[in-house]
Amino acid sequence: MKEEHFVKLKEIVSNYLPDDVSSEAIQLESNFLEELNINSANLVDIVLDVEDAFDIMLENEDMDGMQTMADAQQIIQAKLEAK
Amino acid sequence: MTYQEIIDRLPYSQPFHFVDELQHVDSDGVEGSYCFHPDLHFYQGHFKENPVTPGVILTECCAQIGLVCLGIHLLGHEGLDDGLKSLQVAFSSSEMEFLLPVFPGETVRVISKKEYFRFNKLKCSVQMFNAKEELVCKGILAGMFKMVEHGS
Repeated sequence: MKEEHFVKLKEIVSNYLPDDVSSEAIQLESNFLEELNINSANLVDIVLDVEDAFDIMLENEDMDGMQTMADAQQIIQAKLEAK
Repeated sequence: MTYQEIIDRLPYSQPFHFVDELQHVDSDGVEGSYCFHPDLHFYQGHFKENPVTPGVILTECCAQIGLVCLGIHLLGHEGLDDGLKSLQVAFSSSEMEFLLPVFPGETVRVISKKEYFRFNKLKCSVQMFNAKEELVCKGILAGMFKMVEHGS
């Protein structure tokens, strides 16, 4: 299940990667801003796409805690379990 | 917040202030106008002896009215009013189409509709019309808004 979420998340994130970062670079521990060079404006779009894809709703504090792929995966997991 | 108070809180001044009046503001959108004065400095160079308002300036006008004025309205109750915080804005993306030229002295009207405002990102669809009600340009603009405590 978790693996499935990661694949789905990776697909979303890869749409927002800058040209100089390949989707191969997306690992569990990848930091969105520092390693994947995603800017904060695109991170918002990632979160909105994640909400649609997983049918969940994220809050400001979720956004603050979402620095790496692993953080995002954990937040998605928690939101899905709380449904 | 009154429309004039929104304009007063814009983080711009001459020669980069492209909002004269707001005709309507609510949480879903904004309508405002601006007159491109013939003395604006960029007309000297764009183009040589054939002044036309640059597309980047039309985009900026759309952004100041459509994005920043609306952002100030949406954030209005969160500390701007008491003067404890100030606004920082970063233009994050634009996708514009330009249909008609705007010449010196023309007044334009910008209509902006909010697509979303979440996690400090405001995304709007904007349209600019000339005095003949013809569509001059249109597009999608987005920006990030940040409230900064004074003295920090």
